[in-house]
Amino acid sequence: MSATSGAVSLGPVRGVRHVKDVGFTVFLWTCAVLALVPLTWIAFYVVSKGIGALSWNFFTKEPAGPLNPQEGGIVQSFIGTGLIVGIATVIAVPLGILAGIYLAEYGKGPTASAIRLVAYVLLSTPSIVAGAFIWALVVVALGNFSALAGGLSLVVLMWPIVAIASEAVLRLVPQELREGALALGLPRWKTILRVVMPTAGAGLLTAVMLAVARALGETAPILLTALGNDFINTDFRAPTDAVPLRVYDYARTPVEALHSIAWGGALVLLAAVLFLAISARVLSNRQQKRMA
Amino acid sequence: MSDSTAVVGAGAPARMRRSRLIDRGFRGTTLVVGLGLIALLALMLVELTTGAWRTFEAFGLHFFVGTSWNPVSGREAFGALPFIFGSLVTSGVAIVIGVPIAVGLALLLNQVRGSIANPLTVFVDILAAIPSVVYGLWALFVLKPILDSSVEPFLIATLGRVPLIGALFRGKAQGPDLFTAGVILAIMILPIVTAVSREVIAVVPRDLREAALALGATRYESVRLAVLPYARSGIVGASMLGLGRALGETIAVSLVVGNTPRIGWSLMDPGATIPSWIASSFREATSVGLHRSALLALAVTLVVMAFILALLSRLLVSRTAELVSGPSADEVVTAAALPRAG
Amino acid sequence: MRKVEIVDLNAWFGSNHVLHGINLTAMPGSVTAIIGPSGCGKSTLIRCLNRMHEEVRGARVEGKVLFDGTDIYGDDVDPVAVRRRIGMVFQRANPFPTMSILDNATAGLRLSGERIQRSKLAERGERALQAAGLWDEVKDRLDEPGGRLSGGQQQRLCIARALAVEPEVILLDEPASALDPASTLRIEELVGNLKERYTIVIVTHNMQQAARVSDWTLFMLFGEVVEFGPTEKVFTTPDDKRTEDYVTGRFG
Repeated sequence: MSATSGAVSLGPVRGVRHVKDVGFTVFLWTCAVLALVPLTWIAFYVVSKGIGALSWNFFTKEPAGPLNPQEGGIVQSFIGTGLIVGIATVIAVPLGILAGIYLAEYGKGPTASAIRLVAYVLLSTPSIVAGAFIWALVVVALGNFSALAGGLSLVVLMWPIVAIASEAVLRLVPQELREGALALGLPRWKTILRVVMPTAGAGLLTAVMLAVARALGETAPILLTALGNDFINTDFRAPTDAVPLRVYDYARTPVEALHSIAWGGALVLLAAVLFLAISARVLSNRQQKRMA
Repeated sequence: MSDSTAVVGAGAPARMRRSRLIDRGFRGTTLVVGLGLIALLALMLVELTTGAWRTFEAFGLHFFVGTSWNPVSGREAFGALPFIFGSLVTSGVAIVIGVPIAVGLALLLNQVRGSIANPLTVFVDILAAIPSVVYGLWALFVLKPILDSSVEPFLIATLGRVPLIGALFRGKAQGPDLFTAGVILAIMILPIVTAVSREVIAVVPRDLREAALALGATRYESVRLAVLPYARSGIVGASMLGLGRALGETIAVSLVVGNTPRIGWSLMDPGATIPSWIASSFREATSVGLHRSALLALAVTLVVMAFILALLSRLLVSRTAELVSGPSADEVVTAAALPRAG
Repeated sequence: MRKVEIVDLNAWFGSNHVLHGINLTAMPGSVTAIIGPSGCGKSTLIRCLNRMHEEVRGARVEGKVLFDGTDIYGDDVDPVAVRRRIGMVFQRANPFPTMSILDNATAGLRLSGERIQRSKLAERGERALQAAGLWDEVKDRLDEPGGRLSGGQQQRLCIARALAVEPEVILLDEPASALDPASTLRIEELVGNLKERYTIVIVTHNMQQAARVSDWTLFMLFGEVVEFGPTEKVFTTPDDKRTEDYVTGRFG
């Protein structure tokens, strides 16, 4: 500020204010680096370490004996994950979508608000608690660990996700479409099933993908309910293995070869989950453009 | 003529009744399923509490403050304090390290609009989907060796000498410890805290920022004046979501924390968190005695903490959304809180 | 064609009383226009005629709407059935985005549960599209998504969709307000053609449109009928001073 001439100074900001401003920008960029470096590092590291483990044996054989661990594979984990996540999906998706329909299409009163709040709270259930719950309810009661119990523990986590995501997607369908259908003389239920849901189509698929992506990566609940297995198991009432569980177990052994297999498992998991997350995103963007 | 068939056509009353029945049936079904969510919550809390009851009966409040945990029958003692301690400490480290970074990144993403910001935002959101076992593997084989060999000795040598906080950084760098667990948790909560903070900051209307700039404020000042006061509650809410995630994390922590029930000053020593302990003990928990019940009591403790945090965070985020007439609180939170993995 | 008589109709949104004692007759083979300033209740009134008003939570109706003598609000009358006899076209065109043009036109038929052969469906769809004046423009691209048409075409598609279920009354809620002048004119022409076979009620905020298109005009203010009569009379020698003020542009 010029005191002598009386004219307003238009020069750049000097002094403490400037330092703070620059410092702030530096801080922001530092944060960005600090956040992105580890996250990208993890992704690349898993790829580089895991890719070497991906072999024919890896995908098709069961674990080998202690003398030649590197020869073994984790086929039982893939099948187990398929079984457990499959059971969970088949139960959680219809339940979730129906709940989402209630909230979006009929949900304006206190009941709906209560359901919505509960769904939101359930979303934050720690996964080990979901596992402990089913452990107490099913495993202890029936006396054995099972794929079914594993699936149920994932349902606890997936159901709220599908419900909340479905509601969000159904709400995006413009009200005018519903009115157009009603004015044509369609009953409410047909309006929902034949007009609203098909219009929301890809969005509902996105909701399912998000839930499945979450379920694929879960270890803790399965640890407590399906226990794991070194052999292929297709009986839903028996202990079953899963990929994240196997990775966890192998990580804790001192055997180098098993660590390598663990990285392979981690890579497959990461690829599957990222694929679902990215596809869900792409689908969701396309869906939003379609309805705009 | 008041014959209603004139309006509805012949044979209509039966069709009409059927149609109304289907309508009501459909609505009823969706309502029942919706209520099922409430039933699930209730069932979960009831099942865990009844399982835990014997422990609470036997130890009462001492369960929460007792420091020894011994499942051996005849000498049973179940005090959860070491695990509560471990959970709070590791999550505390995660928050202290993770939240500032996440908020900084969120501010940056809001400021740098255009071609860099969007892919970056998407990138961070997608990273939220990384499963915890992947974080855990990396933490065990990459992060821990680095921390043990460079960072921790450095901290012990420097901050360890400072009075007061120095107590946090004493001891051996080698071996599993609470600090490593805290760091991996910090990395794990980054995506969600960034995502929710970003949404919350974005909701602050542009005119406020521009008004500040028009007054001659620097970028930093406009953020301090216009953005942060409004977004503050929402950011705290985002941090609570992060805290909830950190408290509930089992696998990654379990691999690096050492699973040793202890309470002490130094972050460089091993410890145990509630989830990591449940995961590592449940196999030995037989139906004889209180061991199983005690583990369920731990689960109850954890879930109550998580739910309270979730409710508080929702409240705080909606406070920000209300201050600013933008998308509703639900939309903000849903948009950000969904793609979480554990 | 049927006539629609409204007898002492009252409507509420929750505790907000928006329509007061409306009396009105829409004659068959004619166009009745409802005019009035924003917020006077025109849209609410027309939505009571096909029982769409009650779809809003907390909305309520009292009074009678006689469709050729039968009260559509009678106890044993199903609203869904009412809407198939009394069709509606909305202010903003709302074709179903996941369906093709032809499917949109025949949507009311396909989704009604009646089993209609594909060839019959196509035939009725074509007839409806012709009646809506859209056939020539779309006959070569019936499989394209309904959303690809221009605004005016989409609105005519919605009219075709409403016509395909063969209602007897057609309600139009400001059908051209979102369209450009050329499209508006086409819609008005269409209304003129349709009145030969249907009873038409049209809400419009555009007085010149009402004067061009309708045979009878109802002027509303604050949820009440101010004046109802032949269009020419309402616009040239209205009985009520308020009507005169409105149609001469002194307010509104």
